[in-house]
Amino acid sequence: MSASVIIFYILSAIVLGSGILAVTNSKIFRAAVFLLFSLMGVAGLYFYLNNNFIAAVQMVVYVGGIVVLIIFSIFLTQASGSDMAKPNMGRAFFSALSVIIGLMFTLLFIGEQKFISTTNPSIEPEVKNIGRQMLSTTEHGFVLPFELVSMLLLAAMIGCIVIAIKRPITHLKEN
Amino acid sequence: MNTIFLYSLAGLATLIHNWLGKFISSELGLHILELAIIGLSLIVFLVLLCFFLGYMERRVAAFMEIRLGPNRVGPQGTLQIVADTVKLLFKEGLTPNSSDKFLFNLAPFIMVIASMMAIAPIAFAKDFQIYDINIGVLYVSAISSISVLGILMAGWSSNNKYSLLGAMRSGAQIVSYELSVGLSLISIVILSGSLSLGDIVLSQQNGWWLFKGHIPILISFVIFIIASTAEINRAPFDLAEADQELTGGFNTEYSGMKFAMFLLSEYINLFIVSAIAATLFLGGWMPFHIGGGPSSFNHIMDLIPSSIWFLGKTFTIIFIIMWFRWTFPRLRVDQLLNLEWKYLLPISMVNIIIVTLIAIMGWHF
Repeated sequence: MSASVIIFYILSAIVLGSGILAVTNSKIFRAAVFLLFSLMGVAGLYFYLNNNFIAAVQMVVYVGGIVVLIIFSIFLTQASGSDMAKPNMGRAFFSALSVIIGLMFTLLFIGEQKFISTTNPSIEPEVKNIGRQMLSTTEHGFVLPFELVSMLLLAAMIGCIVIAIKRPITHLKEN
Repeated sequence: MNTIFLYSLAGLATLIHNWLGKFISSELGLHILELAIIGLSLIVFLVLLCFFLGYMERRVAAFMEIRLGPNRVGPQGTLQIVADTVKLLFKEGLTPNSSDKFLFNLAPFIMVIASMMAIAPIAFAKDFQIYDINIGVLYVSAISSISVLGILMAGWSSNNKYSLLGAMRSGAQIVSYELSVGLSLISIVILSGSLSLGDIVLSQQNGWWLFKGHIPILISFVIFIIASTAEINRAPFDLAEADQELTGGFNTEYSGMKFAMFLLSEYINLFIVSAIAATLFLGGWMPFHIGGGPSSFNHIMDLIPSSIWFLGKTFTIIFIIMWFRWTFPRLRVDQLLNLEWKYLLPISMVNIIIVTLIAIMGWHF
């Protein structure tokens, strides 16, 4: 077994192990921390595949953004120190069933997928190349998804502002 | 441009590499040994750096307040920090009974690991860099976003009101100021056209970006210094620790070496922020040149080793950040968030558009 394979197995063990711990832990804050390790393991896999840009984006978006948001919402809503109640049998059964079906589906598709190995050199993740890919309108350009996602984000942001905005209190004066 | 670098650290690195190559034939073994040497020397360097920064902070503080500072232990008080470290080493590392013990003990390690990982792409001298990763700027900001999780973990697991408050404040602060830091970094990325710190330094061969980029870069430099001071939780943005209100904030319950690790990571972060500012805006290890000036002046500047240039610029910025601490009063939470969302963020967004215009029209030198 070469060193590269060993590193791959270590990374996958981190991803899967902390994923399982995140699901089975009864303290919600600890579960969030294990989710963090799982996501960092995925970032490690991207680094392992020599895809530094995606790895760094994974760190910025998931580790620095999503997990921090999750932890904040835990702080603000839950009784985060106490153990969560054990799920009842029926719920556990059906969630296990759905997990197994999902796993089967994934395995089926992976089995049918033919991975074509390519000899083309990969595109260097330079700023220029990223910008060109993101905004090009040619066949392999990403301008449409890019614009769609930015529209979605804009809508979400406006929604947040509308929810959080302080309305001037006028109806109190009428009484 | 021909530059002479007398004492180069890169030469030392190749010397060690060749010398080790004589004894070890297998490439893998050599790699692992060299990685271990790099890691060990990095840790030793950082610990010594933190000793020095601790001493420097006290002396600068004393200087700003017109007093003497530590001056009894050793010549000019230089050994004071050693005495303090020994004290911290011998203290008991208490773990509160009602805390979440696993996370409580994990948090300091996460902080230190996050700080140490961010050192990797920084160029200490000409051709002397641990790893010139092609996305250096993005990598540093990605890694440094882990440290907020260390603070949140420490604050929550202590099971202490003050710690939790400190952690919440610091989370809100770091998440919001990350935006300004990122935008001011992007302005340099636009001008130099690369994310790699090595390339960014090389793009400043004919002048530092601070001078080449006109007023917009000056603005983004100022924004970077302000926002990164907030990101590393230093005064006047030290609401997360706020001794007077929160008795130490997220690290209230920590003692002994675990507390020392928080201090260590704070000083390493201070160094990283200053090193990034020096690399992006002040040319990293590039010597100071005057464009149309006398060539003898430029030649003399070349004779100064590149590592001295880098460390000189870095410590100048560290001094400025320490200066802040004793000059400005601490901000309130609402003032802190107003400063970011109502002033710094809009300014840096407009600034980026101007920088893009400059880059497209080629108005920079």
